[in-house]
Amino acid sequence: MSDRGAGMTAALPRYLPLLLLALAWEVGARSGLISTLALPPLSTVGAAWIELVKDGELVSNGAASLWRAGAGLFLAIVIGAALGIFMAWWRPVNVLLSPLVEMFYPMPKSALIPVTVLWLGFGNGSKILLIFLGCMLPVTIGAFNGARSSEQVLVWSARSMGASRLRMLWDVVVPSAMPELLNGIRTALALSFILLVSSELIAAREGLGYLIGFLGASGTYDAMFAVVLTVALLGFIADRAYLVLMQRMLRWQE
Amino acid sequence: MAGIEAPGGPLGELAREPAGYRWLRTAGWGFARVFSVLALALAWELAARSGAFTPYMLPALSAVLERIWTDLLTGDLLLNTGVTLYRALTGFLVGAIAGIALGMGISRNRLVNWFFDPIISVGFPMPKIAFLPVVILWLGVYDISKITMIAVESVFPVVTATVVGIRGVERELLWSARNMGAGDRELLWQIALPAALPQIMTGLQVALPIALIVAIVTEMFMGGYGLGGAMNTASRFADSRGVFAGIVEIAVIGYALVKGMMLVRRRLLLWHQEAVAPSTV
Repeated sequence: MSDRGAGMTAALPRYLPLLLLALAWEVGARSGLISTLALPPLSTVGAAWIELVKDGELVSNGAASLWRAGAGLFLAIVIGAALGIFMAWWRPVNVLLSPLVEMFYPMPKSALIPVTVLWLGFGNGSKILLIFLGCMLPVTIGAFNGARSSEQVLVWSARSMGASRLRMLWDVVVPSAMPELLNGIRTALALSFILLVSSELIAAREGLGYLIGFLGASGTYDAMFAVVLTVALLGFIADRAYLVLMQRMLRWQE
Repeated sequence: MAGIEAPGGPLGELAREPAGYRWLRTAGWGFARVFSVLALALAWELAARSGAFTPYMLPALSAVLERIWTDLLTGDLLLNTGVTLYRALTGFLVGAIAGIALGMGISRNRLVNWFFDPIISVGFPMPKIAFLPVVILWLGVYDISKITMIAVESVFPVVTATVVGIRGVERELLWSARNMGAGDRELLWQIALPAALPQIMTGLQVALPIALIVAIVTEMFMGGYGLGGAMNTASRFADSRGVFAGIVEIAVIGYALVKGMMLVRRRLLLWHQEAVAPSTV
């Protein structure tokens, strides 16, 4: 408890510049230095945020967005990791798939937004497909690199102790792929937010990205800023939470 | 400086060339690479012709290539590609220069470090694309808002890579330079910056694909010229050939840019160890 207290007091001066920025925002907008049309005061944005939570707008759209990102990311992780590990484990799979991975990896995934809409419409399906397709390859490459680098000594000793090929896959290859795989998933997590917001801004009827675009078009800028800040904060929290989880999962390595 | 971590941050994985093709190349498996790509192209063509999908859902590859060819002849393709590349690369360049300068400032000056460290470490994992409508509100719907958005998204990986790179420069290098009479300025420009170059290049390699992603998104959102704008128009008019043509064009450009960046890296780092021995085994 005292530890946490010390951490809090140390964090305060560290994040002081952010507080100063927030203060400058409030003062700049209130004093009329910046037009409130371009930048509503932070306090107004806060009030708008509370309004949005109260009437359920933020919660329902937020739930829609998180469901899409979560489902797409889950599929990307499961299928992407399996693909990467199989590519490292069985050579023919690698020969067939690595040219395709190399070809599609550098593709700007936002180009897929109109196609997913064309296939699955404006609803959840197109967003989940987009996030799945966009986030799969970083996971695959992380799993592949990790599994490939599993130490030969471990593989040999497992084999000499009579482990079957499948047993070895599960007991040696998968654990040693973990660190790189988890890094790949972190990349995918950041990408999933970018793709989610982009696709919802461009083609959706609900979700946080849609809400931002809708509020912007209707000129209620204080509410729009509130949603923008919410999305940014969600992305930040997701990354930090994932970091904590990742450190916990890799603890056995030390 | 504690808050700034990892060379590439959450998007670091994007910079790395998927390892493991080396044996493919050396073992003369070249035909296998071509085979998979051709097989995919053939599967696309056959699936489209089999009648299992309507031409609206999946136009045949040949029809899409034909469309690209006519776009090339009318000049639309060149115009749109040029506009998109101009926006993406200008934004990327602004982000890169600002990122390297800011990274140098953060590692040299305590005040700059104090002010920017929390902003960078909080801002990096945020989806900055959410600010697109705000940027449009401030800067309008033309090039300047698109380029600003691209620059803002690409600056973060470059700053963090620069800071981590400069921080990781070996002390012996700095000591011996100092010993030979190098001043602060020379130390930064002639020792720290070149020694940090591999990391900085990794940062740039992360930033470039992001710049392209953002360029396409901003164009789709605002419409007008550019590959993203053309795709937006095509999808609005239910012109699925146009949509698929856009995907192929954008994929080719993305591939070319990423490969080009790898060549630049190899060229710039000829003197570095990584050019001799592969860094990943």
